[in-house]
Amino acid sequence: MSADQPAARDSLALPAALSAPVTLPEALAGAEPVESVCTPIRMAYTYTPGRALSRYLRAMADKRILGERCGATGQVFVPPRGVSPLAGAATSEVVELADTGYVESFNITRVPIERRPDLKPPYCSAWIVLDGASVGFLGLVINIAPEEVRIGMRVRAVWKPDEELETSAANILGWEPTGELDEVITDYERIGRVEASDP
Amino acid sequence: MAAERTAVIGVGQTKYAAARRDVSMAGLLREAAYRALEMAGKTWSDIDAVIIGKAPDFFEGVMMPEVYLAEALGAVGKPIMRVHTAGSVGGSTGCVAASMVQSRIHRCVLTIGWEKQSESNAMWALSLPQPFATSVNAGAGGYFSPIIRRYMMMTGAPELIGCMVAHKDRRQALLNPYAHLHQHDLTFEQVVDSPMLWDPIRYSETCPSSDGACAMVLVDEAGGDQHPGPVAWVHGTAMRSESNSYGGRNMVSPAASEQCADDVFAQAGIVDRRAEIDAVEMYVPFSWYEPMWLESLGFAAVGEGWRMVESGATELDGGDLPVNCSGGVLSSNPIGASGMIRFAEAALQVMGAAGEHQVDGARRAVGHAYGGGAQYFAMWIVGSDKL
Repeated sequence: MSADQPAARDSLALPAALSAPVTLPEALAGAEPVESVCTPIRMAYTYTPGRALSRYLRAMADKRILGERCGATGQVFVPPRGVSPLAGAATSEVVELADTGYVESFNITRVPIERRPDLKPPYCSAWIVLDGASVGFLGLVINIAPEEVRIGMRVRAVWKPDEELETSAANILGWEPTGELDEVITDYERIGRVEASDP
Repeated sequence: MAAERTAVIGVGQTKYAAARRDVSMAGLLREAAYRALEMAGKTWSDIDAVIIGKAPDFFEGVMMPEVYLAEALGAVGKPIMRVHTAGSVGGSTGCVAASMVQSRIHRCVLTIGWEKQSESNAMWALSLPQPFATSVNAGAGGYFSPIIRRYMMMTGAPELIGCMVAHKDRRQALLNPYAHLHQHDLTFEQVVDSPMLWDPIRYSETCPSSDGACAMVLVDEAGGDQHPGPVAWVHGTAMRSESNSYGGRNMVSPAASEQCADDVFAQAGIVDRRAEIDAVEMYVPFSWYEPMWLESLGFAAVGEGWRMVESGATELDGGDLPVNCSGGVLSSNPIGASGMIRFAEAALQVMGAAGEHQVDGARRAVGHAYGGGAQYFAMWIVGSDKL
């Protein structure tokens, strides 16, 4: 900001082309202007999960978590999408993962979420890195006060009762602390580190 | 054959607001377009092609809006092209528009980014249930808050750095008549005391939801030379993308972000980024992204971005690298326009046309945008002289 700056034109004045008054046809004289109409929309779609996710969802019904390994990089993806983004190649091997891991990082939502009365604030959502996986995925951390959640905290899956299991990721209600020592996190390099692999 | 030198000769913005009920979507775009044409001294008939961009169609529920907007934008019988790269789209659209001139396909291009959030539901649009993943329904704030938490842990940054950024951007917005939020009496204490939404992100550290459009007119070298008013010469443009999930991905400073910055600074021949750039408009929808991008874009060493904020280096008033003098995304967020506003505000700075929020003598400025899960990046560098 300097004093010798040229005086700005009125920035909010309408452009000349738009400043002429609008003249309504006589037939519309006195009509109430319509500013907006509300037209609710709905999207219903059939989801085709494909081979990798079909295996993953079917295994969920047996309380098993299936990831897939990339033959080129050795990275293990969960949920598997059948593809390895860095290699640009199909994954080549199905890997059964433990239902334990650690918190990569987390969020505490402190506002109520519309149409989700089941999510009572404050609640904690976190990136969970499963043991043996190269990427984290989102889940809820439960059975602990959100303020006590830590980066590196060890967690295990809390499953729905057996009689309610479906072919759905919703079978995992959340992740609870195991009580083990926290993982030591220094930087991103360790996440996805591939042991004893030489692509 | 070298690329055609390209210049910005016109910038037009609407007033940003929670709800622009006085205009339709088409009317919103025309307001920005006419202002850009006025500044450029051009009319619709001078425009060879129109390049537009906005965030996902299901925000407003209007599919392929470029088709219905062609008439309102004077594009009947002319090429019109729509760009879509999530939140970075305004920046990407600027890069594509520049490429149309740089490649000599067109000599004079109108480009516009927009969003009408009052007619949309972004929270819903960003929380579509996926059968293979748990729905944690936390929206963009819930997605970025763990990344911010991670940055805080890795750098040991003091807890209130984010509040300093938010307070700075909201104060700077008072100097920009187009900014959505004009919070004249907002104190630092009020920012700190505002409620936590997505802990560690406070209410006052988040962007608003805005209606608005931003337009630019770009011309070739002859057009820039002949233009009687101020000109911003494009010194470089770059775009990069990456998957949002692969092993070893640095979510705080994604590889695509660093590569995008390296590319654009190399094009502009810039070695010492902090010393050679006079103003930065970067995409900061949540306050902590200012120190994070300062590091990722190479203005600060890794772990040192927060020190620049703390020292006041990014303030318009006395800082050596003023950031978001317009008030930034934290003060106005018409999503599809937000990236183009960054590009356009960078151009206004080097044109000396930024008004009350002008950086004295700015000669080179950076515009920056990001989108998706911090995975799409677009940048440009503009200068008051030809490169």
